[in-house]
Amino acid sequence: MRILVVGGGTGGTIVANNLARRLSAELRAGKVTLTMLSASDRHMYQPGLLYVAFGQMMPDALYRDQASLLEPSIEFHVDPVKHFMLDEQKVRTGSDRVFGYDVLVIATGSRMVPEEIPGLVEGSETFYSEAGAIKMYKALRNFQGGRIALVVGVPHKCPIAPVEATFSLHDFFKARGIRDQVEIKYHYPINRIHSIENVAKWAKPEFDRMEVAYETLFNLKEVDVANRIIRSEEDTEYAYDLLISIPAHRGMAVIEENQLGQAGWIPTDRHQLTMAGYDNVYVLGDTTNLPVSKTGSAAHFEAEVVAENIASIVKIGEPVREYDGKVYCFIEAGHDQATYAMFNYQNPPDLKPANKSMHWFKMSYNQLYWSSVRGLL
Amino acid sequence: MSDTKVIDACNTFCPGPLMELITYMKQAEVGDTLELLSTDQGSASDVPEWVEKVGHEMIGSEKVGEVWHIKVRKAK
Repeated sequence: MRILVVGGGTGGTIVANNLARRLSAELRAGKVTLTMLSASDRHMYQPGLLYVAFGQMMPDALYRDQASLLEPSIEFHVDPVKHFMLDEQKVRTGSDRVFGYDVLVIATGSRMVPEEIPGLVEGSETFYSEAGAIKMYKALRNFQGGRIALVVGVPHKCPIAPVEATFSLHDFFKARGIRDQVEIKYHYPINRIHSIENVAKWAKPEFDRMEVAYETLFNLKEVDVANRIIRSEEDTEYAYDLLISIPAHRGMAVIEENQLGQAGWIPTDRHQLTMAGYDNVYVLGDTTNLPVSKTGSAAHFEAEVVAENIASIVKIGEPVREYDGKVYCFIEAGHDQATYAMFNYQNPPDLKPANKSMHWFKMSYNQLYWSSVRGLL
Repeated sequence: MSDTKVIDACNTFCPGPLMELITYMKQAEVGDTLELLSTDQGSASDVPEWVEKVGHEMIGSEKVGEVWHIKVRKAK
């Protein structure tokens, strides 16, 4: 059986390593081949970008060589897919190579699209890329006081990031001794300050305590860069001195170009994680159209299900597990405290008060990630 | 007349039904109708509030069993 994994991010790497272990005997015997195609020879720990934006982590700490993360039995090529030929069970890559498969895993991820909002690219800081996070840190360091607006696009990767960034802004300026000269205003698309009701209930008194202002039902329509004003689809506006954005995301362009899913999100079975119409094509992580958080955590738990099912299909001809919607997210509540949200399709998260030990657990996880993505945790 | 696009946001806590509706509304054309399926009781009030504020059109809202069926037309 030929297993092909397209994408070398969190989900693709965990599914490949997990499969390499589960199918080690079959791989050694030549009954199975396991191939990964990725756009990059480097692997980024994306949650670390938030720390870069606040000067708490250097960018080079976010990366490892992708090949160093993979089991030796995985055939790895830096050669991104350009054409998916699902009915022929083949893909064609950027270097014009064709790879056939019996089972395909698509884990190509997502990309931010700030260019869809007029003025957002030139008018805002964002920490969703390495260059952006460095630029945002310099802007924060040089900021001497005034009005900071934080805006949130829909959909976006890492749903916890808006509140984490807000708490970090408070602590950053408090540490600089100018918090009283900085007005922080948080803008959120729906009618509470976070999509998860229990997170909103927990964060609201924290915002009040930190004197963070907020406006809900604010979907950004445009940025008037010259006059430093943001305007919403709901016909409200706010004048800022520094704008921080969490831009809306789309799936990768290759998904749209191959017409695999509207806006780059592939229609996916919420339990089996198979692509609609194709039982031998699995989709995981940000690439799915599932109503699930676009996070490394979701990709991780989905990857474990996909790997276990592909391995069981090889061994007994049937899948054995269903994805239950599990997500576990750390929530940094400033620079020295944290909590977490764990939930699935049936059970909402039960937020606990933030504490220092959870923050240090998160700091430890920033290093443990490299074991996690190898499939060891 | 466009077909109704059904958005299944049942049994989801994050990003949640209204975020799902906003996501698909951005992809829709003016005049399209979207039907949001939600098991979140809050959707019955949250969605009409947003629809009114942003200026789209509520077509209808009814609960069938445990699932809210909320229809909205994109108006701008």
